[in-house]
Amino acid sequence: MDGEELTEQETALYDRQIRVWGADAQRRLSKSHILVYGMKGTVAEFCKNIVLAGVGSVTLVDDRVVAEEALSANFLILPDKNQYQGKTLAEVCCDSLKEFNHMVHVSVEKGDISTFGVEFFEKFDTVVISCCSLAKKKLINQKCRKLSKRVAFYTVDCRGSCGEIFVDLQDYKYSKKKLEETIECQLEYPSFEEAISVPWRALPRRVSKLYFAMRVIELFEDVEDRNPGETSIADLPGILKLRKELCETNSLSESQVPDALLERLLIGTREFPPVCAIIGGILGQEVIKAISGKGDPLKNFFFFDAMDGKGLIEDISEPNTGSQAALINDDM
Amino acid sequence: MASQEQLSAIKVARVLMVGAGGIGCELLKTLALSGFQDIHIIDMDTIEVSNLNRQFLFRQSHVGQSKAKVARDAVLRFRPNISITSYHANVKDSRFNVDFFKEFDVVLNGLDNLDARRHVNRLCLAADVPLVESGTTGFLGQVTVHLKGKTECYECQPKPAPKTYPVCTITSTPSKFVHCIVWAKDLLFAKLFGDKNQENDLNLRSNDDANSSEHSEDVFECGKDKDIEQYGRRIYDHVFGHNIKVALSTEETWKNRNKPRPIYIKDVLPEKLTKENGNTKNGCATDDVSAMASLGLKNPQDVWGLAENSRVFLESLRLFFLKREEEIGNLTFDKDDQLAVEFVTAAANIRASSFDIPLHSLFEAKGIAGNIVHAVATTNAIIAGLIVIEAIKVLKKDSSNYRMTYCLEHPSKKLLLMPVEPYEPNKSCYVCSETPLSLEVNTHCSKLRDFVEKIVKAKLGMNFPLIMLGASILYEVGEDLEEDMVAIYAANLDKALSELPSPVTSGTVLTIEDLQQEFSCIINIKHREEFDEEKEPDGMLLSGWVEAPVDKDNNKPLGNGESTSNALPEEIMEGEKDVEIQETSEGTENVTGKKRKLSEVSKSTTPDHSGLSDESRNHNQLEKIDVDDEDDELIISDDWESLTKKKRL
Repeated sequence: MDGEELTEQETALYDRQIRVWGADAQRRLSKSHILVYGMKGTVAEFCKNIVLAGVGSVTLVDDRVVAEEALSANFLILPDKNQYQGKTLAEVCCDSLKEFNHMVHVSVEKGDISTFGVEFFEKFDTVVISCCSLAKKKLINQKCRKLSKRVAFYTVDCRGSCGEIFVDLQDYKYSKKKLEETIECQLEYPSFEEAISVPWRALPRRVSKLYFAMRVIELFEDVEDRNPGETSIADLPGILKLRKELCETNSLSESQVPDALLERLLIGTREFPPVCAIIGGILGQEVIKAISGKGDPLKNFFFFDAMDGKGLIEDISEPNTGSQAALINDDM
Repeated sequence: MASQEQLSAIKVARVLMVGAGGIGCELLKTLALSGFQDIHIIDMDTIEVSNLNRQFLFRQSHVGQSKAKVARDAVLRFRPNISITSYHANVKDSRFNVDFFKEFDVVLNGLDNLDARRHVNRLCLAADVPLVESGTTGFLGQVTVHLKGKTECYECQPKPAPKTYPVCTITSTPSKFVHCIVWAKDLLFAKLFGDKNQENDLNLRSNDDANSSEHSEDVFECGKDKDIEQYGRRIYDHVFGHNIKVALSTEETWKNRNKPRPIYIKDVLPEKLTKENGNTKNGCATDDVSAMASLGLKNPQDVWGLAENSRVFLESLRLFFLKREEEIGNLTFDKDDQLAVEFVTAAANIRASSFDIPLHSLFEAKGIAGNIVHAVATTNAIIAGLIVIEAIKVLKKDSSNYRMTYCLEHPSKKLLLMPVEPYEPNKSCYVCSETPLSLEVNTHCSKLRDFVEKIVKAKLGMNFPLIMLGASILYEVGEDLEEDMVAIYAANLDKALSELPSPVTSGTVLTIEDLQQEFSCIINIKHREEFDEEKEPDGMLLSGWVEAPVDKDNNKPLGNGESTSNALPEEIMEGEKDVEIQETSEGTENVTGKKRKLSEVSKSTTPDHSGLSDESRNHNQLEKIDVDDEDDELIISDDWESLTKKKRL
């Protein structure tokens, strides 16, 4: 499609996946640039997946120095102090990721992502952030949206047995196969801020309870000025109080945000590796889909809870943004 | 989330992993990160380049080395203090017996073939060790839990039978590219490079042409000092020209079909490719021998025309004789053998030209010929995560929470990962219950050998069978048998069932055991005189436990009255990762009730784009059925049932 052929080396290496998504998609992948922030276990899984898939470049941002605790679910860090001492998380992960696929350019960008200007984000097709405060999520999402080019934006977080992905592809067109025909579809995504502003009572009654629980904790961390994940069971009374307020404002029964679920999220500050693998896998798959323009991308939240084993897609958007893919061209 | 209780269960657990491939690499990593300390891993395979896009523990420099060992070493780098034991071996080796399996708390499968899966299932049943089974293809995957007596075993549901094509479709009337591939691979390639003593239907197409069969025998003889290209041209004219011409003479066949066109080399490539003195580069190793390389063809995604295919045909044939002569006579098609793939692609395309079937690229032809299963890293990572979650439940003996989980591509009701409660054991399963099977067979004609090959090995999946009638042993395979017994068993193989020392006739009850699998079953014999050659090519019919319904209509027996002998079996489950959930495009006719439904659902749930109605409709349904407010509810709606309900036959 772009005229450029895959090299022999690429065809041999990517053989099995070209059989899944085709040579065109592989070419698009190899020209894509991904920015990643927040190198915890889930993001390590995600990075592994896209580096193996053969994206063009991956840029890592995370200036935190490597501490013992970071090792728990992150297989990109070897537990050898001499290796990681004095290095940042991004640097250590970069070294490991490079080995997975020499055709992918993996690099580190230093600095505070919140201070990066809009033009910085223009270099990327996809931005994935993790371990971010509510304010940071909104800020980076806004910056991506200010650009004339479409930059896909994702947030991802895992707490104990639960994980959440948010997707903003803005105005997204893609093609998909329906029976023998290829049809063109269009989806409109709300920003993160727009999505979480949708009044809870306007949401379908069966929306995942995880959605509400994650918002309560996110807001709690925000008003208490905590770092993401910096909570414990001692915060439960404060959390329950906030839940009450939010539920009242939104006229939602508090039973939709069960105590037990909030407790689990508070205790589970350490990542649970199987959930990292699952969430990192789903996120990798979604990023690949969005770049290649093939297949239905998820809109706009995904939740997984190892307790019940369900992996749920939730569309959290104002009804007028259209919750189904609109068909723009059906001339077949 | 890991609770203290959970952590300690993980720490002391002994885990056996079978398979260190796509799922295996992800699984070993996730197990190690999750705190498992004693992991054993078996895999007989070595690393190949096409593994590297997803088997992330392997690097280019590891190509050719043992998967199990390299995976072990890679994981020990980030978890140096745990114990990982690797076995570069076949799980069917006798050392992995029931006693070996009994040493483990749970067995986790990341296998790529049905045979090994069945074998491990039996050992787990015999050793009473829980099994977590898995598979992926493309974006689809599944994880299931099998615990003796509590949930169904891996074989409680009949597995899809291998896809077969009627012989006449392959030899005379191909209508799809896959028919040309099967012809090129199983007939032509086998005839030229395989075991000369194997029966081969390459020239079976005309019953009135006695001369041609004589003629054809010497065609395939390649004299010692002959010019190889000349030989290639002769083969070419024989199979693409002469044989087509002979086929055309049976006018009946072509009444309702497009006639094929005979193709002769002189019309396609009048000039010879090589000079007599031979001009290939010297010193290339066997692995590097490639017709594409020597012809300067670069892109395997290109679809070559007839002339290019003809060049590749002659060149690959020449290279086999020039560089790999010592292998000729012993070769079987292997998707990783570049030269073999080139030869089969070219031959299939030339045949396709004859029959006016669209040509395909080498890349596509390789996929079809090698039954390559699509594979991506993400699905394997997700499935591995789900396996570990189930394994932890198994260790905690939390059997009420076991789930089978499906990873879907087009979820209908928002569920991308769909958990389902496991089923109870199938009471008529011949593997995990003691239900006898029955076999209809012509006891006067069928030999013990047929019974052993077609039933005991192919259908029952046994490796070391022992066949008994009452107290007398009719047949046995084993390592430490007395010589005289071996002779008696060998003689028995060639006897008809009714002529065995202890005759097998209608009403006879046979006991078949596999000593390694510690598995036995009973077969009631029923004599039957006649069998339909086309529908019952084995000449015998096993029932009691019902095999996947092979829809005969889909085999499209095109031969109108022409004799067809055995159907050619074409394996569909030998790829990288064979799976239960089949892609809907090919082979749906072979999937079982459950799988068919899953495929249908994933097809039918491609969201329709008519607007909002679909979403709201789904939503209403979900509300209706899902009234329970528990957190760990398991959604079961009518649709889920149809999605997962299994036929109890």
